[in-house]
Amino acid sequence: MSERASVSADADEESAETRDEDESEQQPVTTGAQSVIRALENAGTEYVFGVQGGAIMPVYDALYDSDINHVTMAHEQGASHAADAYGIVSGEPGVCFATSGPGATNLVTGIADANMDSDPMIALTGQVPTEFVGNDAFQETDTVGITQPVTKHSYFADSPNGVGDDVGEAWALANEGRQGPTLVDLPKDVTQGEADREPKAPQIPDTYNPPEEADDAEVQDAAEALADSTQPVILAGGGVIKAEASNELREFAKEYEIPVITTMPGIGSFPEDHELSLSWAGMHGTGYANLAITNTDCMLAIGTRFDDRLTGGVETFAPDAELIHVDVDPAEISKNIHADYPLIGDARAVLRQLFDAMPSAPEAEAWREQCQEWKADYPMEYDAPADEPLKPQYIVETFSEVTPDDTIVTTGVGQHQMWASQYWTYREPRTWVSSHGLGTMGYGVPSAIGAKLAAPDQEVVCFDGDGSFLMTVQGLSVAVRENLDITYVVLNNEAVGMVRQWQDGFYEGRRMASEYPWIPQFDKLAEAFGARGFRLEDHDDVEETIQAARDYDGPSVIDAIIDPAENVYPMVPSGGDNGLFALNEEHLGNL
Amino acid sequence: MPGEMQGPAPHERMRPEGRRNSQGIRIDPEAEVTHQPRQAVLSALVKHEPGVLAEVSGLFSRRQFNIESLTVGSTVDGKVARMTIVIEEPEPGVQQAKKQLEKLVPTISVMELEPEAVRRELALVKVNAAKPDDVNAVAEMFDGNAVDVTTDAVTYEVTGSQQKIEAAIDAFQQFDVLEVVRTGTAALERGGDTLDNDD
Repeated sequence: MSERASVSADADEESAETRDEDESEQQPVTTGAQSVIRALENAGTEYVFGVQGGAIMPVYDALYDSDINHVTMAHEQGASHAADAYGIVSGEPGVCFATSGPGATNLVTGIADANMDSDPMIALTGQVPTEFVGNDAFQETDTVGITQPVTKHSYFADSPNGVGDDVGEAWALANEGRQGPTLVDLPKDVTQGEADREPKAPQIPDTYNPPEEADDAEVQDAAEALADSTQPVILAGGGVIKAEASNELREFAKEYEIPVITTMPGIGSFPEDHELSLSWAGMHGTGYANLAITNTDCMLAIGTRFDDRLTGGVETFAPDAELIHVDVDPAEISKNIHADYPLIGDARAVLRQLFDAMPSAPEAEAWREQCQEWKADYPMEYDAPADEPLKPQYIVETFSEVTPDDTIVTTGVGQHQMWASQYWTYREPRTWVSSHGLGTMGYGVPSAIGAKLAAPDQEVVCFDGDGSFLMTVQGLSVAVRENLDITYVVLNNEAVGMVRQWQDGFYEGRRMASEYPWIPQFDKLAEAFGARGFRLEDHDDVEETIQAARDYDGPSVIDAIIDPAENVYPMVPSGGDNGLFALNEEHLGNL
Repeated sequence: MPGEMQGPAPHERMRPEGRRNSQGIRIDPEAEVTHQPRQAVLSALVKHEPGVLAEVSGLFSRRQFNIESLTVGSTVDGKVARMTIVIEEPEPGVQQAKKQLEKLVPTISVMELEPEAVRRELALVKVNAAKPDDVNAVAEMFDGNAVDVTTDAVTYEVTGSQQKIEAAIDAFQQFDVLEVVRTGTAALERGGDTLDNDD
């Protein structure tokens, strides 16, 4: 949009006639609703994901005259997940709309999801007219009150002239510093009310001052500690991708030859097929990544909040490592793991500072060899005999091999999500789109829609589970209507597999409410929606079915009937020691 | 039956001695540090707008910060309110509470006050007035002002430190305290230092 703004500025020099043509669609703002839409236009919004309803109708009416594309979702939860995924892939806030009451509450899951993963997103919700607020009016909920704990900030709009400024500020706040969701609640009298000015350009609130560079002296101390170490690792979190620092990370790691581990949200920040990559760490991370974390003497952690699924028990997490923690959010420093060298700043800026401050590369050749040994000792392997039930790992790996490096993978939540992260080889940032912190089953179908619209030229594959897919399957109607070329792969084991795995491991096999023998045939369901359906049952058909689904120009669903006995390994039990992991059921024993 | 977890046993690791405490702090074998809870007074300037109190109190409850009192009131700038929050947390919790509070968008600035900061609380204590002279003698000991007097009850206003207020209420107990209301702590740093927008 800045491009369009500069065009119109130049046009001032030209004839009035030309200017009129250039701005023929720019009607003056006369209502609060138009101010809302203009603010989104000014921010460069191309897509909005939403669902109509009474209190938001004035905003939709103003959208009628805008170039912004609206994607009508089948459920508001899908709108927030699609906007979230759009934000992950594009790097700028995804936008979602919902009406008051149930519309707003349905958005909340996706907002909370974006908040946990620091995904940029802005939600605009209708609200009953101001004079009815607090009276339990029809479709009234305290949306600001409900969402405040799961947003960077929630705004309550109070004037038709100011509402566009609120939206601009919310957009800028979602985008700047540590990204995250914001919300603006829009009472109907505010959006219907008369306005007589353009909204201000998007601007962050004056109380919000995200840091840029870290303190030079602290950077120097940290660089020296890293250079002095003999067993260094880099732990790259989602913040590396959010800060567009993947190139800086790669340059730094290669120059100083330091092994790189990612967190799950950090997948793609470093190419997993590079010699220095140890893939990702945590509960279902690789044994070699978890061993490197357990044995390191100095960890450079960038843009991570040390989630418990990563750390296991904090007592045994990198237990003898000096920690250099780079984060744009000061509140993450020493929240879960104490930082010896806190570097508060933007990941890209601080990585550049560190690159220049390093006195030398650490002497870590023996350590790098040790890491390679661990890779050989604990490889990510699976058996997939052709005459046995289908193995999910084989499907993921085969799909990974036939697709371009920039293919985007989205997932639901559960076992399929772990296989999709373990057996696909990620090489580029913003190609892994998943629900990490909140762990939202149902994220898959709508996230693929948001991802595809954000990157129409990239292939999009969604791995989902049967339980997760069933939670948001109505979103297929949207993918069909928008004719989005997405391949959904349902790794179908007729169970909420991760729960079942825990029941077998930790609850004596008492499979309460985890088996779904009544699951529909997803290939037929897909056809009913107007998508293309495939059923995959045999090992020998994997390549052919994947090819047929990819060849189909539009959404397709592969219902892949997988070995129900297959579980996710390696596994560090919850709260456990990352250096001790199970590679199969027997290793777990009866904990 | 225990399983056989994979990976070298802890004593076979490259750095077998290392360990962190439950606060994620590496344990120095020479001097083990565990932080005990302490009282901290946080003073915050916030935008004086609807919803701020809910946002701050919600933050403290959802992150399980142990809050002793919270007072809020306007400042000389009508657009700015000051909150004084007394919490009891180990050192990492105090720092975390301060940083989380700073992160809220309506927050302008936050500081932890020094222990010697001026701290005052006010209480209104309604006491049975069957023995007016005796009651009054106790009130005088605590500089209490009678703010409402009837034949059966006297209400005193007492100000001072938290300890003084508690001592006064204890002393009044002998006459039957009918009702008490307390404000929580208001506090300011001593000297010319202020909590400005730009610190």
